[in-house]
Amino acid sequence: MNTLASPLAFLGGVDPWIFIFSFVTVAITIWMGFRSAKTSKSAGDFFVAGRSVSVGWNASAISGEYLSAASFMGIAGMVMAVGYDALWYPVCYACGYLFLLLFIAGPLRRFGAYTIPDFAEGRYDSPVFRKIAVVFVLFIGLFYTLPQMKGAGTTLAYIFQAVDLRGGWLEFLAPHNDAGAAIAGLPYWVGVAVVGVVITLNVALGGMKGITLVQAMQYWMKMFAISVPVFVLMAVFGGYGTNLQSNFAPGERPAAVAPAVNEAVPTVNQRQALPAKAPADEAWVSPFGPLTTKAAKAAHLSPEETKPLSLLYTYSLIIALVCGTAGLPHILVRFYTNPDGVAAKRTTMWVMILIGVFYVFPPVIGVIGRNFLPELYNGLGAKGTDKIVLELPTLIRAKYGVMGSVLSGIACAGAFAAFMSTFSGLLVSMTGALAHDVYGRMLRPQSTPEQRMRMFKFAAIGIGAVSVGLGACVEPLEINFMVGQAFAIAAASYFPLLFMSVWWRGMTMKGAATGMLTGGILALLSAALTNASNLALDKGPMGKIFASFAPMNDFWSHHPLLRILCEQPAIWTVPLAIGLMIVISKATSKDVPKDIRMKMLVLHAPEQLGLKNEYIQEHQAGAGH
Amino acid sequence: MPPTSSREDTIHSEAFLSALMRRQLRLSIGCALAFLVALLGLPLANYFAPGFMAMRVGGFTLTWLILGVLFFPYVWIISGYFIKRSLKLEADEAKEVMGK
Repeated sequence: MNTLASPLAFLGGVDPWIFIFSFVTVAITIWMGFRSAKTSKSAGDFFVAGRSVSVGWNASAISGEYLSAASFMGIAGMVMAVGYDALWYPVCYACGYLFLLLFIAGPLRRFGAYTIPDFAEGRYDSPVFRKIAVVFVLFIGLFYTLPQMKGAGTTLAYIFQAVDLRGGWLEFLAPHNDAGAAIAGLPYWVGVAVVGVVITLNVALGGMKGITLVQAMQYWMKMFAISVPVFVLMAVFGGYGTNLQSNFAPGERPAAVAPAVNEAVPTVNQRQALPAKAPADEAWVSPFGPLTTKAAKAAHLSPEETKPLSLLYTYSLIIALVCGTAGLPHILVRFYTNPDGVAAKRTTMWVMILIGVFYVFPPVIGVIGRNFLPELYNGLGAKGTDKIVLELPTLIRAKYGVMGSVLSGIACAGAFAAFMSTFSGLLVSMTGALAHDVYGRMLRPQSTPEQRMRMFKFAAIGIGAVSVGLGACVEPLEINFMVGQAFAIAAASYFPLLFMSVWWRGMTMKGAATGMLTGGILALLSAALTNASNLALDKGPMGKIFASFAPMNDFWSHHPLLRILCEQPAIWTVPLAIGLMIVISKATSKDVPKDIRMKMLVLHAPEQLGLKNEYIQEHQAGAGH
Repeated sequence: MPPTSSREDTIHSEAFLSALMRRQLRLSIGCALAFLVALLGLPLANYFAPGFMAMRVGGFTLTWLILGVLFFPYVWIISGYFIKRSLKLEADEAKEVMGK
């Protein structure tokens, strides 16, 4: 057992409630997958769910897909760990959707392409560009898969922390401590493998249509699993504001707090003492706290020098999250599943409401967790604040017995739903790119729909296996941080591509490709460099592999500005990508597609005019299929 | 009814396309500005008026209340307005052309 001697320990095994709830979630997911396999027959069902998903189902499914492990576990953990600055994550996740609605969703839907690579080729008449876009779909998808996998591993290891594999024939499975001796519990990679296998099976069986229902159901499961524990916890430990009140802002002293509030809810005075590792109240509750000042603190800058840097960090984070949302391939592909453009817009409105309501809750858990479960500050990553969503409801158990176990079980079920639904969405978009774009359009253009469907299944299994393999390696990294980097890459590549292609008719293929590749690759390099130097500090096997990057950390401590620009690259990569697109397109302006006016008309004219069909017929007649 | 040639001409004219894009872009940019002012202004407010933003409102600091709770309904209002307006815009454009 680790330092968290939770009530699980004296139960002498796995809490049956937690186990039952998690098991039921997984079982329902598998059952729905098999059931939908019977109704998913055509290639259209597999790739875009037959383009016939109703607004309610589609909005729930998009929200289910969107609220990943990072949203369910990461945000609460991050709010607890760093305070105010972490609130930018949920807000920008929701706001990014607005950006998508304002500038990209409508035109893209009207254009009537199957996937992003379809759009890239259709807009620029360039098969080469399709290939580039495919590589990027796979790439961003895999990058975003890793944190989902980490969530799975963490949660399963948490549920089975009381399991003891030592001494039996399964001893080789048991996790090992730093000294190399076997310890109790389930290793991290088992959760990764279980979720990977379940979802791969689901996607291979039912494709897009199959997972739509599963994801829609999983949204409501997540909503239930975050809101019910929050309401119960607030009833027991005091409200959101009350718990926040006990963290004193600069200039406030304990005596200055309005006494009336404290009398009304006396529990607030029973706040647990913070361990030394926890950030101080002032830094935690105010803007520009531990997250945004980390690099400057490492360089021992004065507070005056630190503040502008943390403002820069905040802006870069906002740009990455907002633009990145508008460029995540697995979210975009869902717009094609709406029957028409009006439905696509209505869907987006509902998604905004569904995810907005959800995002109010995780920070509440972080705030209450800081007051009542501060010992989590002593753990790292999976054993630290990342598991607050799962751990906090167990506090109820001491007071109300089985009720606490049920709550904890609900939270675990929600966590399972979270990483399963996001991973299914990613797997479908990556598999679609392989089966539809690589196989169906590049390798075997003459293949029949049946062959493409079979290819879809093989591709799902292949990518599922790769995701599990990579996911097993990322245990030391923080969930929310990894997600932020996937967003930074999408923000610097897909977002400029889509935004400029839709609104500027002067774009050429060369301009688009140069901007997208340069922005995306630079963001990736920055992310890789930051990750490598973080992994070098790890005490486990990863630290040894990445030991050669350790000197980077000395460099960072002397150049905090460079560290921030590397950790949050969006502030320079997004303008750079857009700038390159403009400059190169101007230089190659003779390559602007000849029927550009027609393309623009299809992107912007109301669907009632029926231009889309006209365009597609022309195109198909020309392509000969 | 087959499309008349004058309707075809209207749809494929340069004037129609640029008017279409201009109207749509104006609406989108207007809504984006309303939301960017809040999103990008909040860090500035935190930076230049930390004392004011730390004011307590029902236990919350003002800035926490804005970012953690009030931002979401604000975004809903903007997107609701945008959807209503853009659907009307599309209907008008379609009517304009079909009337020819």
